[in-house]
Amino acid sequence: MLDIMSVNKRYGTRQVLTDVSFSVGDGRMTGFVGANGAGKTTTMRIILGVLSPDSGTVLIDGTPVTANDRRRFGYMPEERGLYPKMKVAEHLVYLARLHGLDPASARRNTSDLLERLGLDARANDTVESLSLGNQQRAQIAAALVHDPEFLVLDEPFSGLDPLAVDVVTSVLSGYAAQGAPVLFSSHQLDIVERLCDDLVIIADGVIRANGSPETLRTQHSRERFEIRTAGDTGWIREVPGVTVVDFDGDYAIFECETDAASQAVLQRAIGLGAVHAFAQQRPSLATIFKEVIS
Amino acid sequence: MSNTIRPVHTAPTFMQGVWLVSNREIKARVRSKSFLIATGILLLISMASVIVGGILSQSTTLTKVAAVGTAISAVEQADAFDIVKANTIADAEALVRDGSVEAAVVADARADSVLGITVIAKTSAPSEVLSALSVSPNVKILDPAEQDGFLAYLVAIGFGIIFLMSATTFGATIAQSVVEEKQTRIVEILMSTISVRALLAGKVLGNSLMAFAQIVAIGLLVSIGLAVTGQRVLLADVGPAIVWFAVFFAFGFVLLASLYAATASMVSRQEDVGSATSPVLFLVMVPYFLVIFFNDNPLVLAIMSYVPFSAPVGMPVRIFLGEAQWWEPVLSLVVLALSTMVVIVIGSRIYSNALLRMGARVSFRDALKR
Repeated sequence: MLDIMSVNKRYGTRQVLTDVSFSVGDGRMTGFVGANGAGKTTTMRIILGVLSPDSGTVLIDGTPVTANDRRRFGYMPEERGLYPKMKVAEHLVYLARLHGLDPASARRNTSDLLERLGLDARANDTVESLSLGNQQRAQIAAALVHDPEFLVLDEPFSGLDPLAVDVVTSVLSGYAAQGAPVLFSSHQLDIVERLCDDLVIIADGVIRANGSPETLRTQHSRERFEIRTAGDTGWIREVPGVTVVDFDGDYAIFECETDAASQAVLQRAIGLGAVHAFAQQRPSLATIFKEVIS
Repeated sequence: MSNTIRPVHTAPTFMQGVWLVSNREIKARVRSKSFLIATGILLLISMASVIVGGILSQSTTLTKVAAVGTAISAVEQADAFDIVKANTIADAEALVRDGSVEAAVVADARADSVLGITVIAKTSAPSEVLSALSVSPNVKILDPAEQDGFLAYLVAIGFGIIFLMSATTFGATIAQSVVEEKQTRIVEILMSTISVRALLAGKVLGNSLMAFAQIVAIGLLVSIGLAVTGQRVLLADVGPAIVWFAVFFAFGFVLLASLYAATASMVSRQEDVGSATSPVLFLVMVPYFLVIFFNDNPLVLAIMSYVPFSAPVGMPVRIFLGEAQWWEPVLSLVVLALSTMVVIVIGSRIYSNALLRMGARVSFRDALKR
């Protein structure tokens, strides 16, 4: 369990994080979304101890994180980077050793990971000789090589081809399944929607929403329905407590303030003739996101 | 991945972190071709200078002088010439004219001639020949200099050049590797793993070890070279200075390396390394130029030998000249070590403040902030 408690950070006169608090539960894939410059990278750097907050704390299972706990994190910074002239396997062993692994475990983990990420054939090539996609895979290996207990990944999917996205997704889900808290940010909201158990939305350094996608849906968007009938649906506008969002003759999308209002619409539609479709619309994550940060 | 129990690893200590980083630095250096070539050239130059010096000192050829008649005995007495006997004055003059001898010595029968000989030369009075044939008064030197001036000059310049070359090569290497880590952003991963101080210490240690190894190699090579070419007397004179030079270099280099790392961390691109580190380069050049212009000025040398940046050159030169009391290098070393510590503290603050600032150059004021 990872708790971020009332973290504030200011760069000069610019307040970049204001009272940021959220939790990453054990075994929960937590998506961290926000526009560019919203404060995601700063938050992650503070969790990792790369930056120190002006105030606030980061707790691991209830105790403040210390410099010694850093080795327990697997971190993938947004700005990717490895030594260009080092060989891939050697580089991973070096990073594992820096995290405190003995040489034998470092080598074993390296070869395991390279195999899982499909990089074993390139183990003895220098990083700079790899294709961009393979460099990304090497970067992910670098975040995982030391058996981390927590994962903090800044945009782990950017620059990956669909195949690599699947590989990385399964590796990350595997970590979460083992009980590790996983925090990842992404601009690709469809991937976040598919992957995350929890969602944290940040805008201008303030946490705007926080919870499971279902909770956020109910919190941040009103019930929305679509209906297709045999006749014209223009009468829906007159039903109390209903707002029509989209209208096209026999088709309408409307939002209701109460469940009763939606049922009233349905009953009246049935009374007027045939109803071909009546369904609740699940707003996409992108819709919720826009709703939350607007 | 199945539900394997994750092994628990213990965090590396500060020293282990430093050691791992410095090991990587050393490996990266040893693998770089440019480093190997530069070291090879530096070793070759120092070896060659010893050998050439040895050859020159052995083959001091005697000046050729033509002598006629009774003058021959006078010339032979001087025992400093390769004598060519000529039959007539005209023959001797011809030899002088065609350049096969430096000068001709002929008898002078005039009453006012003290020595009874005349020296004939082509364009100007040959001072070497004259002084060998002259009668000099006795000289009594009260406080003899330990080393002759020219040799002292060579030794001073030698220390100056080696310090300058080593410091700039390795300084630039450190600066580049700091910016490489910033530019490739690996620094963020490193910072999330080990402390910034351990990272800085590891880089400085690794590169200092390499620089020191290079200096020791040069020192050994020069010493062996001096011994082999039969310049044992010179070796006995220069030996202690070389040892002190190595000791001072070790501390002085750590100081410079920290400065190079700190100033380089303020920029994000390799193109900016040069301008960012130029103040440090200036500090490295100062002792070199001072030693070239003031190697015969005891006051300047004495000041140089205590100022931390120039002590690695100034103090060994004074030791070689026999000007330094036994306690002086010790005191100067303490000054150097203390200032090195201060610089490391300031340098690591600049380093840790500037490392994550990408883009524009970080100002000194921002870099020094707590």
